[in-house]
Amino acid sequence: MNHNYQKDISGCGLTGLINKKRRRVSGSEIVKSLCLMNDRGNGLGAGYAAYGIYPDMADFYAFHVMYDDPGMRHEVEDHLRGNYHVEKTEEIPTAPVKAIHISPLLMRYFVRPLKERLAGGIGSDDYVVNTVMRINSESGGAFVFSSGKNMGTFKGVGNPADIARFFRIEEYEGYIWTAHTRFPTNTPGWWGGAHPFALLDWSIVHNGEISSYGINKRYLEMYGYKLTLLTDTEAAAYMLDLLIRRHGITVKTACQALAAPFWKRIDAMPEAEKEALTALRQTYGSALLNGPFSILFGHAKGLVGINDRIKLRPLVAATHGAFTYMASEESAIREICPKPDKVWSPRAGEPVIAELE
Amino acid sequence: MTEINAKGLRFKELNEKIRAAVAKGEKEITVKGVNGQYYIGDGLRGTATIALDGVPGNDLAAFMDGPTIVISGNAQDNIGNTMNSGRVVVKGSAGDVLGYGMRGGRIHVLGDVGYRVGIHMKGLKKQSPTIVVGGKAGDFFGEYMAGGVLILLGLNEKDGATLAGDYLGTGMHGGAIYIRGAVDKGFCGAEVGITEPDAEDLATIKEAVGEFCKDFGLKPEEVMKKPFKKLYPASLRPYGNLYAY
Repeated sequence: MNHNYQKDISGCGLTGLINKKRRRVSGSEIVKSLCLMNDRGNGLGAGYAAYGIYPDMADFYAFHVMYDDPGMRHEVEDHLRGNYHVEKTEEIPTAPVKAIHISPLLMRYFVRPLKERLAGGIGSDDYVVNTVMRINSESGGAFVFSSGKNMGTFKGVGNPADIARFFRIEEYEGYIWTAHTRFPTNTPGWWGGAHPFALLDWSIVHNGEISSYGINKRYLEMYGYKLTLLTDTEAAAYMLDLLIRRHGITVKTACQALAAPFWKRIDAMPEAEKEALTALRQTYGSALLNGPFSILFGHAKGLVGINDRIKLRPLVAATHGAFTYMASEESAIREICPKPDKVWSPRAGEPVIAELE
Repeated sequence: MTEINAKGLRFKELNEKIRAAVAKGEKEITVKGVNGQYYIGDGLRGTATIALDGVPGNDLAAFMDGPTIVISGNAQDNIGNTMNSGRVVVKGSAGDVLGYGMRGGRIHVLGDVGYRVGIHMKGLKKQSPTIVVGGKAGDFFGEYMAGGVLILLGLNEKDGATLAGDYLGTGMHGGAIYIRGAVDKGFCGAEVGITEPDAEDLATIKEAVGEFCKDFGLKPEEVMKKPFKKLYPASLRPYGNLYAY
């Protein structure tokens, strides 16, 4: 037996912050927080999402596209030009990093669907979702990994510090940030599989594994979503889009669908609440996320943190003035906010909802 | 007395410094600027007292066998895993899975504790691990408990407040849980009996509360004024017949 064997003990780590007054902070803050939890990941994926980073382009959807096969670029750009007004096309700025030997071609497009393409009454958000699904499932080598307005995700295979340097994260300023260091459990560590997962304004980082993936995937497919990124977290991102944007339920109610209270708790509730939650669980049985998770999701109006129903993954929250912080570990918060006004561990299944003013 | 500055140190460097100080025979070690470093005091033997200023990382005092660790603020997850002897004192709150499979020694937390505290705790003969919590606990407190003592005080709670979460003592088959406040039978596992503590129990509580109060400058007689409930395993072999048919 080799007694020098060092087990690689890891688990994903996540961190996020929001300034409710929309004061923008440099990405270097969230990088510092994430890097404190470096040992939670194993270098096979890290990423950042930021809101408020493209104020001059806020009316356009910012498509971040990775091309595994650079030859796909012309095909995708032809498709975009045929259906969108393309305000700007550019490479996503990167810096050379020794540890990152290879990366896909990374492009950024600021776009708006052409008016005539929306003629059938389809909303521009729906149109964008269809485009993302189509490129990701049909192009065979191009992936739109960010498609919201005035926000963007940056991710790849590497450890948190290297990915941050690579994407020059410290040069962006945002009022909401989420970040993730990955320890892939059941799925490959590849660029498209790093977190955050994003669609429109939704971005999600996740620690855990969603054992209901099959049920969630089949449910989402009925609504036209195509799950192409080879990992469970993608399902949670699309689920938020379906429940909140398309079905119009509130963030809080969506959280109660994703992490529904146990029947024994529902049975003990007052009649009206019991009836509402029973209906919600019956309607959204296939949206329930089972298995261990802690999740942070950012959206155009705020940041939300939530745990699975029996708290199988860690989540700590803190506030300081207009800032709310959420992370896998308290120390990751204290690294950038040494003296928070309040620190607490949210209870299982109870979301922490922080919204912009 | 040795002082170590942990600011910016990775867990490996910090633990090497602490271990080196203990190996030299240092009895009082103060560590400043701790933030998030894992594995502090793991497997450590001896009688040193290590005072940590800050929030130490996960997996503190795992397999620890003797030393005392005092934490000035909050602590994170997985403290005291399979700890054998010694003492951990947390002046703030602590996270999930505190004292997992703990076999001896004491853990004292002045604030609240998270989920799955004291699960799989075990004791044998003179080995009796003890966890005393000044605040409240999350779900699965004492799950699969096989020995030792868990005490929940709820020091700042109103009379009648529920101090523990759901699945309290589920699968419990040894040891005792003492709760200074209300116990909702609906939150307890089927294996748990609830009763009033007897004279022997009260002696155990008094001793444990006395030790706890010493660490935080509290008055044990004040703490003992409120009544306790005792949770005990209704059966020593709750699953003895599970596969019998």
